[in-house]
Amino acid sequence: MSAISEVVQRARAAFNSGRTRPLQFRVQQLEGLRRLIREREKDLVGALAADLHKNEWTAYYEEIVYVLEEIDYMIRKLPEWAADEPVEKTPHTQQDEAYIHSEPLGVVLIIGSWNYPFNLTIQPMVGAIAAGNAVVLKPSELSENTASLLATILPQYLDQDLYPVINGGVAETTEVLKERFDHILFTGSTGVGRVVMMAAAKHLTPVTLELGGKNPCYVDKDCDLDIACRRIAWGKFMNSGQTCVAPDYILCDPSIQSQVVEKLKKSLKEFYGEDAKKSRDYGRIINSRHFQRVMGLLEGQKVAYGGTGDATTRYIAPTILTDVDPQSPVMQEEVFGPVLPIMCVRSLEEAIQFITQREKPLALYVFSPNDKVIKKMIAETSSGGVTANDVVVHITVHSLPYGGVGDSGMGSYHGRKSFETFSHRRSCLVRPLLNEETLKARYPPSPAKMPRH
Amino acid sequence: MEREVQRVRAAFGSGRSRPLTFRRRQLEALRVMVQEREKDILAAIGADLSKSEFNAYSQEVITVLGEIDLMLEKLPEWAAAKPAQRNLLTMLDEAYIQPEPLGVVLIIGAWNYPFALIIQPLIGAIAAGNAVIIKPSEVSENTAKLLAKLLPQYLDQDLYAVVTGGVEETTELLKQRFDHILYTGNTTVGKIVMQAAAKHLTPVTLELGGKSPCYVDRDCDLDVACRRIAWGKFMNCGQTCIAPDYVLCEPSLQDLIVQKVQEAVKGFYGENVKESPDYERIVNLRHFKRIQSLLEGQKIAFGGEMDEATRYIAPTILTDVDPGTKVMQEEIFGPILPIVPVKNADEAIQFINEREKPLAFYVFSHNSKLIKRMIDGTSSGGVTGNDVIMHFTLSSLPFGGVGSSGMGAYHGKHSFDTFSHQRPCLLKTLKREGVNQLRYPPNSQSKVDWAKFFMLKRFNKERLCLLLLTLLGVLAAVLIKRYQAVLRTKALLIFLAVHRRAIP
Repeated sequence: MSAISEVVQRARAAFNSGRTRPLQFRVQQLEGLRRLIREREKDLVGALAADLHKNEWTAYYEEIVYVLEEIDYMIRKLPEWAADEPVEKTPHTQQDEAYIHSEPLGVVLIIGSWNYPFNLTIQPMVGAIAAGNAVVLKPSELSENTASLLATILPQYLDQDLYPVINGGVAETTEVLKERFDHILFTGSTGVGRVVMMAAAKHLTPVTLELGGKNPCYVDKDCDLDIACRRIAWGKFMNSGQTCVAPDYILCDPSIQSQVVEKLKKSLKEFYGEDAKKSRDYGRIINSRHFQRVMGLLEGQKVAYGGTGDATTRYIAPTILTDVDPQSPVMQEEVFGPVLPIMCVRSLEEAIQFITQREKPLALYVFSPNDKVIKKMIAETSSGGVTANDVVVHITVHSLPYGGVGDSGMGSYHGRKSFETFSHRRSCLVRPLLNEETLKARYPPSPAKMPRH
Repeated sequence: MEREVQRVRAAFGSGRSRPLTFRRRQLEALRVMVQEREKDILAAIGADLSKSEFNAYSQEVITVLGEIDLMLEKLPEWAAAKPAQRNLLTMLDEAYIQPEPLGVVLIIGAWNYPFALIIQPLIGAIAAGNAVIIKPSEVSENTAKLLAKLLPQYLDQDLYAVVTGGVEETTELLKQRFDHILYTGNTTVGKIVMQAAAKHLTPVTLELGGKSPCYVDRDCDLDVACRRIAWGKFMNCGQTCIAPDYVLCEPSLQDLIVQKVQEAVKGFYGENVKESPDYERIVNLRHFKRIQSLLEGQKIAFGGEMDEATRYIAPTILTDVDPGTKVMQEEIFGPILPIVPVKNADEAIQFINEREKPLAFYVFSHNSKLIKRMIDGTSSGGVTGNDVIMHFTLSSLPFGGVGSSGMGAYHGKHSFDTFSHQRPCLLKTLKREGVNQLRYPPNSQSKVDWAKFFMLKRFNKERLCLLLLTLLGVLAAVLIKRYQAVLRTKALLIFLAVHRRAIP
């Protein structure tokens, strides 16, 4: 049996021991996770800095704080969510107990991504632990410092058999995917999403796939462009554009294009100074392959700002492209970099048509002071989620489930939805052995004639 | 096939399934269809499964009518945006979850309840605003043909299309792209469906099967228990995904159980079961032969009679069954009830847990603590305690499997939710930019400290309210002290004004 098989079997045996069932145990593990974050924050920041040029502030705001929030929320709500949920009964079932009983699924696999390597591995894990499962973690090998740090510190704070970390590249991930799990949560690209679902199908393993797409950002003529552009710049260029819910491209009327460019530039200078390369807060591209890929998207484009890059440090300047042709490469794939294409459309209807002709994105953004415009955009399009008049933040609200639709993914998590995703919600109807009289009608023999009804 | 799916997709793209009034009309038309063409429907089911009109009505048609009525009643409520709880930073924003249609849904039906297992999911898919392609099982061919004929006569022909055919046609269909696939059938084909869906990243609901165990405790009313078990086991000649597949009990109970099940069977079907109009037949020769082979080498306590010509298999009980034998290796899906003796409830729990998670779990006992313990100690799609089948009939309970018995669930609201995308929406304004200042670079330690304060302080509602009230109270006290004189005059004026009005 391979090393990977052994690790998974051990996790399954640990799950079967039953020790994750009591809520107390799960809370203990979550508290362990919280302690890990508090005590090892420096190490985490160091790893994130090495992987993505994050600093103690961006690491905190963009990744760590959300995990801490999730842990607090989960610990507080666990008794409520884990309790049996009574359901509405019919006249026939008044004498019965009818409820939904939440139970762990078993062994969950979480495959993390490299762009928020801590958050995207640990935040789902919080829900999986709370729901009583064993969890096998497979962090992304691209963010290698975070991956090896997690492998070192998690066993120091959590049950070592129940929550193993498996590291490695494509070969190891393929090995892991041959094993049988009770749920797989994968964050990453659409292409690999298909591979994961295919592998899961062999074992009939349900999956939650957090994928991506091109998140459109429609900017209405009538809105306060100062504020709109500042918010867009913030969400687009954080982590150097490597955010699954970043506004991928802008759709706006040609008459405001130059204004939009000016105001974006203004915000970028406020955030990162004249030369973003010197800013402590500006990220770097994860590796050379992605660096080349993003730089390649600039070919033949009208660069209104930025456009430069440095291969040695994998720095790409915040870049704005104007009058972008929808057929060009930058509009064919998710940018996932600090390049913001602006495409001109003449009306809201044209923007809606453009969006609906393409794959359903993970997020959709619309900026307008006019509620009707916002409601129309939402009603006539589809996407994983929506933020109006801002970007990214819908994923920070616990009560809003985070996930995609169509090519951008399936299933969702965060807060209670995490707990539900990683549980089996088992329908239970418990009747008394009495009242046989009332059931007589259901037993054969049936009446001689079909009763009139 | 591709053209058919394109046509349906174009119909969805037209947007006409979005308004609730349109969906209501389709559901009402479905109801009219079921009521007007009842005779044809019952006849088709009867032809496929040798089922009496009464049974076809009570097992399939009633369920469908109930679901339509529930969906019509609840549609406005379920389709409405649901406000979501906000946090401190989003307190003044609009946050809600908006259900929307997925697009084109594929429903693949099974042959054992050929009408209900197509129409019940169809109701949910229509209510959620989707276009639907329906692929009934070719094994129940009379019902398949009837559905292909009737549905276009009552429903929108472009939005809801029926595709008939066998393995070849289903394979072709599965190459197309859908926005959700609901499949009812066996585990093996379930894997094939999911693999096909994976190519298009299509989410799936798989209603599969397994061996649903039935534990009978010594502390229970065996008369009642055995009657209920016999009812659920032998209905539709055992061809029910949630039929109690086998019984687990202490050895001392075995003979009594055999006796009481036999009594119940006599009560239901008479001395000559073959003559009873209420007893169905095995759907085809292949399944007949399959079930026949399960009896090899078994101790038959009663039953065992078969007639290949009519595909009749008598209600049969096997005792002292060896868990290693064939009858305990696959889902029986026939009128054979094996009894596997176990020492006690703990051994029963162990036995169940060593096997794949079943679609249903049944336990009969007066001891509610025992029932709870067995539920806690096992897993299954659903559970009925002290009866069988019935958890299926309460639509507030999601109906689905876990592990090999399936994924996802439907019925009632769960259908509506399965066939919708629940889209989270956060609507902010372009004002109050001040609140956002903390998040913009350049970063500093003070910014992070403030962020920690706002995001991690546990301001639950009550404490916040108390804080605000206290502040208000203090404010009020200060104001009142300062403006006592003014307030007194004002109070007097108001009093006089009210008094003057009150006096006619």
